[in-house]
Amino acid sequence: MLSPVLNPDDGDDDAPRRGRRAGVPAEASAAAEPVTFEDPIVSERPNSYRTGPDDRGRFGIFGGRFVAETLMPLILELEAAYDAARADPAFAAEIAALARDYVGRPSPLYFAERLTEELGGAKVYFKRDELNHTGSHKINNCIGQILLAKRMGKTRIIAETGAGQHGVATATVCARFGLPCVVYMGAKDVERQAPNVFRMKLLGAEVVPVTAGAGTLKDSMNEALRDWVTNVEDTFYIIGTAAGPHPYPRMVRDFQSIIGTEAREQMLAAEGRLPDLLVAAVGGGSNAIGLFHPFLDDPSVAITGVEAAGEGLEGDKHCASLTAGAPGVLHGNRTYLLQDDDGQILEGHSISAGLDYPGIGPEHSWLKEIGRASYMPIDDKEALAAFQLLARTEGILPALEPAHALAYVAKVAPTMAKDQIILMNLCGRGDKDVHTVAAALEAGAVSAH
Amino acid sequence: MSRIAARFEALGRDNRAALVTFITAADPSIETCAEILKGLPAAGADVIELGMPFTDPMADGPAIQAAGRRALAAGGSVSTTLRLVRDFRQHDDTTPIVLMGYYNPIYHRGVDTFLAEATEAGVDGLIIVDLPPEEDDELCLPARAVGLDFIRLATPTTDDKRLPAVLANTSGFVYYVAIAGITGTASAAAADIGRAVARLKAKTALPVGVGFGVKTPEQAAEIARVADAVVVGSAIVSTIEASGGDPAPTLAFVKALSDGVRRARTEVAA
Repeated sequence: MLSPVLNPDDGDDDAPRRGRRAGVPAEASAAAEPVTFEDPIVSERPNSYRTGPDDRGRFGIFGGRFVAETLMPLILELEAAYDAARADPAFAAEIAALARDYVGRPSPLYFAERLTEELGGAKVYFKRDELNHTGSHKINNCIGQILLAKRMGKTRIIAETGAGQHGVATATVCARFGLPCVVYMGAKDVERQAPNVFRMKLLGAEVVPVTAGAGTLKDSMNEALRDWVTNVEDTFYIIGTAAGPHPYPRMVRDFQSIIGTEAREQMLAAEGRLPDLLVAAVGGGSNAIGLFHPFLDDPSVAITGVEAAGEGLEGDKHCASLTAGAPGVLHGNRTYLLQDDDGQILEGHSISAGLDYPGIGPEHSWLKEIGRASYMPIDDKEALAAFQLLARTEGILPALEPAHALAYVAKVAPTMAKDQIILMNLCGRGDKDVHTVAAALEAGAVSAH
Repeated sequence: MSRIAARFEALGRDNRAALVTFITAADPSIETCAEILKGLPAAGADVIELGMPFTDPMADGPAIQAAGRRALAAGGSVSTTLRLVRDFRQHDDTTPIVLMGYYNPIYHRGVDTFLAEATEAGVDGLIIVDLPPEEDDELCLPARAVGLDFIRLATPTTDDKRLPAVLANTSGFVYYVAIAGITGTASAAAADIGRAVARLKAKTALPVGVGFGVKTPEQAAEIARVADAVVVGSAIVSTIEASGGDPAPTLAFVKALSDGVRRARTEVAA
């Protein structure tokens, strides 16, 4: 049976290996005995990749709490509230009910038969998180965070957004719970993601265009942090990606891990075994860590995150922070960043607004450094080609973000055996991007077939 | 004795508060900034905060954000900031200089390299906005080990439980941020500031400076009555912005602020 329950401790459904009592369903066991990273059962497996972050909020050297003093008490309050919520079965139950009835979880696992034939190699499966309410994985995290905000008695919600998917998801849950919502969005993104701006406004959110810097995701995050520092009493900041100061990277990962937890179970049901390769796009990295995390301790499963190479890695028109960046400190955490020789942060570039961020969630930086996951660049043209490939072969318009992941799948699948399995997270739908794609095709970036 | 300690000791003998002035290094150009810097002590600045420009100044309001952009466009960097300090020290060996900024440019340069260069240049202390006590081993402790002061911000959200941790490794002075928010926006009420300063002084022997939202000589005087130092930033960099490449209006404004600070306690006594 597929469990729609988001297991708030870590999403592991492999109960016997974790030493849970035999015969107790995973979700019941989780509800009764929340397992935290200090749990002795977990500590018996020192080689686990799933125990982070430590009590300083770090994954290896990455992560941490690099924020102004004004925010520090709020971050600590949030951490305490989240720890309490994780230990409360009622919190998990609330999330599970909304995930099922409001979001539409579990999302299907889909065998892309025609695409597989076309590529002529490994079998390609999609985790269909683009079928969620609001059209992307972002809602998984927003449900969790707004329930936490309610528990903390916060009465005003703020968020940053790049592509607008997180802004739409935040505006949606704010409408659902009757809380005022302010979304900071780079002015350039407001322009290139107009349909999502209109959706947010329909949902009752105030969209504030940010003109500082290049007017993209990085700048909207700065502005959201400035709002939070000014409105500390009543405001909850729903960060949309698995980055920011501790506990955000962990919290967002936990809420998104429903993706991998479901997919693991679904794959075992469909194929009787685990996939050979996981692929997901990384901007900040929330959909990717959500898919990856429940598989981290499965040694047979290779893991690849796909970064936006924009117009190519040779210039500075890309957002491949792991491939071409260096460790640094921004937005509350240490992680790989695009930066110049003076440590000034560079502006990313990608045709996909959702990947247009010069950083990456700290857990991905750690997974790269220890070699558990690899990260590959895909450029604008390859993503556009993949967008069209999926439209023609499967009748699915992917968002430009997962189109990057798909472009990598299209490269790697033909090199793999036909009995091997790739599981890709199709984390968003492409309706929001059709104008961008049309403009790019007209400009001749890639010829339409 | 460090330049900061010596300066506060002397001001204590005179029974007056320090005027701490903030400008961003290389704003509006490296040359004009050097001229302003050179003129600040004579205009009445007792301590100089020199902002290290950063692309993502998350705790700063529009005025200081704009100053940072001007500085970066004019070639501002960690290297040019240190060069400005070095040049200033040719003429002035007593006015304390505190570098203020964000961690990444220092981290990217390498903490040990940066600390060696900063001490050599004549820097006295650091205010690094995004390094709370939880991250003290990153820069605070290494800086203290080479004799640089690490000046910490305390804020209205720093409660009694947290205050000891904030004060623990702080040195030079404590910088009380009078409002929860970004630089250069709202101003706090004088009575609230007085209470907050008293709360801090009960827990630390260090001088307490107050900033965020101080815009006029009158406001500076009000704070100078209750605090050991008055920090003015956004109002000064706004003057720099309005003055083009001319240092005179900025130095005149600093002189007015200084007059306010110097009058503050004598007026009360009279």
